[in-house]
Amino acid sequence: MGKSLLQKVWDLHTVRTLESGQTQLFIGLHLIHEVTSPQAFQMLRERNLSVRFPQRTFATVDHIIPTHSIQRPFEDSLAEAMMEALEENVQETGVTFFAPGSGKQGIVHVIGPENGLTQPGMTIACGDSHTSTHGAFGAIAFGIGTSQVRDVLATQTLSMTPLKVRRIEVNGELQPGVTAKDVILYIIAELGVNGGVGYGYEYAGDVFDRFSMEERMTVCNMSIEGGARVGYVNPDETTFEYLRGRPYAPSGDAWDRAVSFWKSIASDADADYDDVVQFNAEDIEPMVTWGITPGQAIPVTGNVPRPEDASGEERANIELALQHMKLEPGQPIAGTRIDVAFIGSCTNSRISDLRAAAEVAKKGQVAPHVRALVVPGSEQVEAQAKAEGLDEIFRAAGFDWREPGCSMCLAMNPDKLVGDELCASSSNRNFIGRQGSPTGRTVLMSPQAVAAAALAGEITDVRNVL
Amino acid sequence: MTESTLQPVKTLTGRGVAVRGNDIDTDRIIPARFMKVVTFDGLEKHVFEDVRFDQDGNPTDHPFNREEYQGASILIVNKNFGCGSSREHAPQALMRWGIRGIIGESFAEIFFGNCVSLGVPCVTLPADQILYLMELVESDPSVGIEIDLEAPAVRVPARNQEWVAELPDGARKRFLKGTWDALAVLLDSGELIEATAQRIPYLNDFATAS
Repeated sequence: MGKSLLQKVWDLHTVRTLESGQTQLFIGLHLIHEVTSPQAFQMLRERNLSVRFPQRTFATVDHIIPTHSIQRPFEDSLAEAMMEALEENVQETGVTFFAPGSGKQGIVHVIGPENGLTQPGMTIACGDSHTSTHGAFGAIAFGIGTSQVRDVLATQTLSMTPLKVRRIEVNGELQPGVTAKDVILYIIAELGVNGGVGYGYEYAGDVFDRFSMEERMTVCNMSIEGGARVGYVNPDETTFEYLRGRPYAPSGDAWDRAVSFWKSIASDADADYDDVVQFNAEDIEPMVTWGITPGQAIPVTGNVPRPEDASGEERANIELALQHMKLEPGQPIAGTRIDVAFIGSCTNSRISDLRAAAEVAKKGQVAPHVRALVVPGSEQVEAQAKAEGLDEIFRAAGFDWREPGCSMCLAMNPDKLVGDELCASSSNRNFIGRQGSPTGRTVLMSPQAVAAAALAGEITDVRNVL
Repeated sequence: MTESTLQPVKTLTGRGVAVRGNDIDTDRIIPARFMKVVTFDGLEKHVFEDVRFDQDGNPTDHPFNREEYQGASILIVNKNFGCGSSREHAPQALMRWGIRGIIGESFAEIFFGNCVSLGVPCVTLPADQILYLMELVESDPSVGIEIDLEAPAVRVPARNQEWVAELPDGARKRFLKGTWDALAVLLDSGELIEATAQRIPYLNDFATAS
């Protein structure tokens, strides 16, 4: 019986088995940002510990950074204090920092891949649950808490419980207008928001074989919304072509040695899986959420569930969601009026996302009652989008074009919902209060669907616009 | 906290407080706007903020606001508690409010791991036993509840009740051995960390300049 990529990468990085039975796992790449790292650096100081492998940690600023102006000091003194703490910490420890204006700043899960830091066969940790994004390259990448950020800084290792592996195959051909975002919303709706607890998800099949790296990233990004801390796709030629020539990717003779290693860590054809699930690509439609968890998603052509059609706790879950979302049981989700349109986040702020949304934006004007913003995922995405004139397309259609950052995905900067505004959002979480207002409402969808909703002023089937 | 002060966590006893609902995510436990801090100090003031206070800032009847649950240390929850963001601010806020142990139907993985790092055990019981415990602490806030990690079990001593609880063995051992904070153990691995680094191809055979 062969091994899965997860088992191979796990074995390669195992320092030892601890007395608890857990694995001391070496972390090949550690990414940090301003929100979950300051306390970790402080804990190191309190214990008089240094950073063990400073060359294996890279820092960016993304969560709190304003997107309208990055002039220092930031208007928000709390954000400024966090920025200053990060600057002091990286200076003191020698960690590389992709600062605003460096050309390399951006959302942590956008910059790792685009700089070639994220590579197949690595273990990657970051104090952020969407670290699963990096699994698109065939890395084992997962989110950690601040105490564990401290552990990685001090030892470059973590105490981890081995994961089971569930292979999720999507075979066949996606319908026109169906995107990677729809695929992952569909998978989560099918397997549940806690279906992946204890598992790493291996995504495979025709659809993933054909997907670009950016599409694979979108799917892996939201693994955690299905409860799986890790999601990955086996590396292939698409992966290698993406990495070729990136700043931190190997070159020359080293490139060939790298590709040889990368091929060797892919799952064996006869790998042993704890579970296998198969879906048909043809069954997937453009998806939107109607509730307060990413699993509460339906095709855009569908109707909001009725509590009376469910029983027990599921009924209570639906009632709570409808109450917060102010939706009527059984109503069509299409036609729901929106107030805000947000294109961005570590799920969908890469250049292919912006190109797809711009194709839609070209076809009209943002509805007068809608506030629409586009937030590129990084300075590199921003530069590329400008080179292609995408910023002008969005502006001409009435979108606000912003500087890179996490922005309204979690509203730690000035970009927030107000009151019970309803936001069509290309981000990853529709949790109550997520976008900055306790009564704010979030409807998750693909970036092109957000663009379509912005023009229509309501949730609409993007296929009608394409 | 230093290694020498780490104590095994074997048994926890305290009054209970129930927070009902499935899929209570870490944004709800501590909204992101309160994470604009460089320490964890004072987070307890904002735990469950958006359901503890109405839009005018007046306290609601949320259990964390009610007089009879002040001083409670055992939190009782439903399914998939702590899902979403990896923010350790969530268990930090609960712990600083006074929570020492959590009993639930199920927990999200990153939240569970963060709680281990803080010495706060999360144990699971079947749904009907959770419902019973919730109703019990709602009708009698003064009743004592015990989490025993050696068994592992949950007990209501005053009523002579006991249920078998579950938690993953690795975490259980870390509590019992006093190594729930992993750092001391991780540091105590001699040359093994460097030895591991030396056999990883991407750090050696084709390492790129940084």
